[in-house]
Amino acid sequence: MSKPNDSASLLETRGLHVDFGRHHVLREINLQIPRGQTLAVIGESGCGKTVLLKTLIGLIRPSRGQVLFDGRDLAEMDEQELNQQRIRYGFVFQQAALFDSMTVARNVGFPLSQHSDKREDEIRQAVAERLAEVGLPESVMNKKPAELSGGMRKRVGLARALIMSPEVMLYDEPTTGLDPIMSDVINELIVRTRQRNPVTGIVVTHDMNTAKKVADRIVMLYPLSRLRREEPQVIFDGSARDLERTDDPRVSQFVNGEAGERLSEMQDIVAGAGS
Amino acid sequence: MSASAQSPNLPVPRSRSSRAMNTMADVVAALGGLVLDQVAALGDVTIFMLRTFRWLVTRAPRKGTLLPSFYQIGVLSLPVVALTGTFIGMVLAEQSYAQFRFFRLETRLGGVINVSLLRELGPVLAATMLAGRVGSAMAAELGTMRVTEQIDALASMGANPIHYLVVPRFLGCLLLIPTLTIMADFMGVIGGALYSTLRLGIDSHHYWENSKRVLGAFDLFQGVFKSFFFGAAIALISCHRGFHCDPGAEGVGRAATSAFVYSFVTILVLDLQLGIVLNAVYYYLWPEGSAML
Repeated sequence: MSKPNDSASLLETRGLHVDFGRHHVLREINLQIPRGQTLAVIGESGCGKTVLLKTLIGLIRPSRGQVLFDGRDLAEMDEQELNQQRIRYGFVFQQAALFDSMTVARNVGFPLSQHSDKREDEIRQAVAERLAEVGLPESVMNKKPAELSGGMRKRVGLARALIMSPEVMLYDEPTTGLDPIMSDVINELIVRTRQRNPVTGIVVTHDMNTAKKVADRIVMLYPLSRLRREEPQVIFDGSARDLERTDDPRVSQFVNGEAGERLSEMQDIVAGAGS
Repeated sequence: MSASAQSPNLPVPRSRSSRAMNTMADVVAALGGLVLDQVAALGDVTIFMLRTFRWLVTRAPRKGTLLPSFYQIGVLSLPVVALTGTFIGMVLAEQSYAQFRFFRLETRLGGVINVSLLRELGPVLAATMLAGRVGSAMAAELGTMRVTEQIDALASMGANPIHYLVVPRFLGCLLLIPTLTIMADFMGVIGGALYSTLRLGIDSHHYWENSKRVLGAFDLFQGVFKSFFFGAAIALISCHRGFHCDPGAEGVGRAATSAFVYSFVTILVLDLQLGIVLNAVYYYLWPEGSAML
């Protein structure tokens, strides 16, 4: 059944389940992401954040439920149509996922070469502009990804994701593996991207600084292995300020980065398996 | 009195026959699981093949993706295929000579060497070299792309990975393996002839005359025809292994190894099946051919 704010939601999940064989990763996820909103999805490793992100762009098919993009179910689109819709997305991968057989210029210009009639020099011009936006000089254009530092690769990945001026930006742990200064540079770029264009963003992260700085809404997922059958997997949905005030110990444990009893739990599991 | 009644905390000892039954059940379950896995894998490869065929006919690949694949598969494979072809021709001559000499039929060596090369060894050898040199490399390259999310990145940018990555490799293998086969045939024929005439001292005129009498265009056709199937199988199996690579360096290594093993086994199975079919066609079209051989 349609909900009142359906028209405002660019992305929506309805009763989303994702299983890999017998391993359940996502259960009954219902999210509505309005146009222009930047949503941060936080949670500990293995809770299904990246799986959720890839499901939102159709890289992983739901086991049950729906992913609606602009009101249309991704599962009902054929391959050609899905490819057309994906041009409206930009995806920044955790390790940048640059094509290592191509130069930076060809990496960033790849979507344009696939989906536009632009000439080679026009593509190169557009690439240079995008690289300048993320603070990279033209001299990197002829380099291969292996010659770049981690921060530079991330920024090249960001430039590539932005080249088609997408409506939705998906960021998979954009600051993981970077030093604190470069992490903040990436956060700043995410904020500026949103200021420049009316882009909807979903940022998967376990970096609380990122979540607080870039998002106007935060959702926290919890690993299914730690939940009872009737408990919802989304254990928090609110603003950064709500996050500070939450009285859910599971949320505050994550936000404050406290191990609690986790180590002894893990040791008990190992000891149990051994005996 | 039962054992459990005597000591309730101890596990009930099972009889030898029930243990044997359980072991047998485990073996049957393991075999069943293996068969199911193989059937599922075969279904998976078939779907992969159908998707490749669909993209092949719906949209032509770009020249920019086609040429590097053709260069890698065709041009760079030529020297190694030529070298192995030459050696296999010489080895055939060396190994067959003693038997033929015993029956004083040395001059017939040319016919046997050349028929073996054109019908079997040329295409199988070229396909084996392609599976080893190109198939493993394709599986490793695509496997690395899978592990480092480059295939996901491709899909996320609206480029279909099958169309962009598999179709050019498939076309490269399909269209260039005949040239590799002809190269292996040619170099094998030359190698066998040079070894027979220069090293074994067989009369050149009789060597070639006997070859000409036994050899026909159908022998060349048979080898080249089979090679199309070998090329298609190598490309599909290797790309499929790469696309379904397990994470990590170990997964990539396993994908490369399994690409070669599965390709090689498939080449041999196809060789037998196609050999049977083509021989039936040959004897149907030229019934006198059987008497000649």
